[in-house]
Amino acid sequence: MSDITISERQAGDVTILDLVGKVTIGEGSVALRSTIRRLLGEGKNKILMNLAGVGYIDSSGIGELVSSFTAVNKEGGTLKLLKLTQKIQDLLAITKLLTVFDVFDEESEALSSYN
Amino acid sequence: MAGIQQIKLPSRIESVDEAASKADEFAKAQGLGDDFVSAIDLAIRESVANAVKHGNKFAEEKTVDLTLARTDEGFEITVRDYGTGFDIDEIPDPTDPENLLKTNGRGILFMRSFMDVVEWSNHEGGGLVVKMIKRQ
Repeated sequence: MSDITISERQAGDVTILDLVGKVTIGEGSVALRSTIRRLLGEGKNKILMNLAGVGYIDSSGIGELVSSFTAVNKEGGTLKLLKLTQKIQDLLAITKLLTVFDVFDEESEALSSYN
Repeated sequence: MAGIQQIKLPSRIESVDEAASKADEFAKAQGLGDDFVSAIDLAIRESVANAVKHGNKFAEEKTVDLTLARTDEGFEITVRDYGTGFDIDEIPDPTDPENLLKTNGRGILFMRSFMDVVEWSNHEGGGLVVKMIKRQ
């Protein structure tokens, strides 16, 4: 069984990914990478990643977020983060990645920011 | 010492989860709180992942030797691999602006952020040992 479940929703031209589980070295990171690559292949390059259900992330998972961010940017799109848990917020602060990612607490506010 | 556990793990990615699971179980049995256990969990995941990937380079015949110890000082973890070691000073700072978008290199930063002591040494029998202490 995979460590992570990734569900997709569409809000206009923004694809919302609801992640539940762990984004860690191995399956969790691979599943995220595959999803992002597939969305970009389908021309969906406005992506909002909801991390409310992510109970755990390690440095490999953080690296996968960065990789996703870079891949989406290269395709002319935008990847933003929604509802960070305190743990993830702490890790992004330690790594200074809060200066890189656009982060939102409210989905409506995040969606408005794409306009 | 109030308790010690030694575990030998094969050099594969699944060992990261196994090490974390054993450590969680051991730490909780020692009555340590959630925040403390969470810090240990992350440090073990990062150090075992480094040992598997960069130390033993996934060589199945090489093990990762994990020691967990509840001490008077707090909690001590040692992770030994059987690789050729590395120079800690050569690891780039992942928080440097030019490295922010690199996809790896943050594990040691996490270990140092969540543990009070993180030290590397060469084992006399070969390989690298990282010793980490979380004080109470």
